[in-house]
Amino acid sequence: MPEPVVSPEPLPTPFASELGSLADPGRHHAPLEIAGEDPRGLLDALRRMVLIRLCEQAIATLVGSGEVKCPCHLGVGQEAIAVGVVKHLTARDHVFSAHRSHAHFLALVDDPALLLHEVFGKATGSSRGMGGSQHLIAADKGFTGSNPIVGGVVPVAVGAALGNKMDRQGNVAVVFFGDGASEEGGLHECLNLAANFVLPLLFVCENNFYASQMDICLRQPSDRISRFAEAHHVPVRVVDGNDLVAVSHAAGELIAEARRSGRPGFLEATTYRWLGHVGHREDIDVGIKRKLDDLVQWKQRDPIARLRQALQTTGHLTPGAFAAMQQEIQARIDQEVAAARSAPYPDPAVLLDYVYCQGGS
Amino acid sequence: MDDPRKGTNYGEAILAAYEYLLATYPKVFTLGQGLWSPWYVGNSMTNLDKKFGQARVIDTPISELSTTGMAIGASLLGYRPIIVYPRMDFMILAMDQIVNQAAKWRHMLGGQSHAPVTFRSIINRGGEQGAQHSQALHAWFAHVPGLRVVMPYTVQDARDLLIAAVLCDDPVMYIDDRWLYGNVIDALPPVTELRLVDQRPEVRRVGKDVTLVAASFSVHLAMQAAAALEPEGIACEVIDLRVINPLDVAPVVASVAKTGRLCAIDGGWRTCGLAGEVIAAVVERLPVSVLQAPPRRLTLPDAPAPSSKPLEELYYTTVAQVAQTARELCAMRRVG
Repeated sequence: MPEPVVSPEPLPTPFASELGSLADPGRHHAPLEIAGEDPRGLLDALRRMVLIRLCEQAIATLVGSGEVKCPCHLGVGQEAIAVGVVKHLTARDHVFSAHRSHAHFLALVDDPALLLHEVFGKATGSSRGMGGSQHLIAADKGFTGSNPIVGGVVPVAVGAALGNKMDRQGNVAVVFFGDGASEEGGLHECLNLAANFVLPLLFVCENNFYASQMDICLRQPSDRISRFAEAHHVPVRVVDGNDLVAVSHAAGELIAEARRSGRPGFLEATTYRWLGHVGHREDIDVGIKRKLDDLVQWKQRDPIARLRQALQTTGHLTPGAFAAMQQEIQARIDQEVAAARSAPYPDPAVLLDYVYCQGGS
Repeated sequence: MDDPRKGTNYGEAILAAYEYLLATYPKVFTLGQGLWSPWYVGNSMTNLDKKFGQARVIDTPISELSTTGMAIGASLLGYRPIIVYPRMDFMILAMDQIVNQAAKWRHMLGGQSHAPVTFRSIINRGGEQGAQHSQALHAWFAHVPGLRVVMPYTVQDARDLLIAAVLCDDPVMYIDDRWLYGNVIDALPPVTELRLVDQRPEVRRVGKDVTLVAASFSVHLAMQAAAALEPEGIACEVIDLRVINPLDVAPVVASVAKTGRLCAIDGGWRTCGLAGEVIAAVVERLPVSVLQAPPRRLTLPDAPAPSSKPLEELYYTTVAQVAQTARELCAMRRVG
């Protein structure tokens, strides 16, 4: 009898974390260090982060109840990156994002109406009801477009940066994407193009360690995405993405450099999403489950709580004022949810009318 | 073939379009591989970098996907980029940007933003180049709503439809064919800017017996076949589609209503191709009593392009095949 053929055990995916404490959910729980910061700027940032948090939670409730049906990729827990980057931008800059884009949109637009109406698919939404959660635009605020092909919008952002360079007005392009997008070849092409053509583009990688259900340790030999930017000679900053102050300083430096010299930059900000890849539940990710311990600990690295505590400890915010801020924002959200429910759907004619600018179909 | 030193040939007409656009419109620029030594693109881009500068005639790294996105992104800011693919086969690497981004941008954002970008791709086949250097994929792109697809046949259209494509507010796929680069006209008239949305199929030859429908180089085959059939007393009507998406079949329907016979000729594959689309669109618009014979189509066989010369000769449609098909159609008459 011949020996049965036994396949050898597959080699484990070789993985080594290179992010140190930034990837450790047990670290960075303390209130932020805000000495020397402008408290008014921080209070405004806190307010925008609370707007994002409450709006995402409202959408989660609507998804859970079945009222909102389009796929919603929620960014609860990731608010500081959007707010910390966007505070350095003007409406003449060009911001692009991917499937998890609500935070970036709200940080720029600073009002929940257009997003809430859009997730209901109503003609009063940001994309006139044609986009849903995944295709957003607010051109007058600098939000140029988002869509859910992973990494797909990055080359478009490179083109906006080329346009900015040709315009010679000092405007910049910013593209938000996740760690998963670094596994698409296009991102590597884009890093090379931005470096080669010297384009004023800020790459912002929100590294939340998961691409859909897959842990980064099963996808890459390292968790440090910015190594790809270094390979293309693009200047890199790596920060705790749940630290509004750290994000803001790093983004501010890179954006100022892009405006001054036209050079690209790469910001890697570590964070964690509290909810599943898509939808309203924490445990929705299929396949390889996230570790519950990690989630519990990451919630201790809450970007909002850490900023709020710092502002309270230093006397710039009272618990009562924070509660009032939350109530005011919640009331605005509730008002727009009610308005969205009764708003009209798009006119059937636009199904064909929006295909081409003129004539056509 | 005519002496290329006399008159203007198809490649020179494309060059004239670039020169007109770059001289007239500061927001126009062009990018692609090899543009600073453009031997890949025949005579269609000669010396543009020297005339208009390398900031507006941009030679790029070998990154079809991202350079395509770069053109789309610049177009969102009001620029009018022309991205060039010297061989259509390599454009497949940019499919996501063309189909997922440019073509859908306006629709999925509620008509509030649009991408006026021109993708200029070249069909470059024959000469034993084989499966990955020979493809004519226009039907793929014509399948995508939001993407206008233009295929010039005449020398003047080679210039004027490129200008119209770049001035159009929608993303446009402009496809030229290297097998047409030797076609010549005596003199190009001065440029008149055309609105792409107004462009319709043109009757290139009037006839009463059979309708031959084609685009690009296939019109060339149809015209030669029609000339060959004239002494036999067969009068072919030849229709040049010019724009294959959105496809306006009304002139074809009108012609077939007159001739009762239809042959669609296409340089792409048979299955789900342009020829089948033309036949379907005509048949569903005419009463069955109009047709004197079942419509026919001449296409590539459903196989990749071969390299070996004898197989290549089998592969591509010839003037003789078009003429023979027209003869067979004209020999048939509806009974009853």
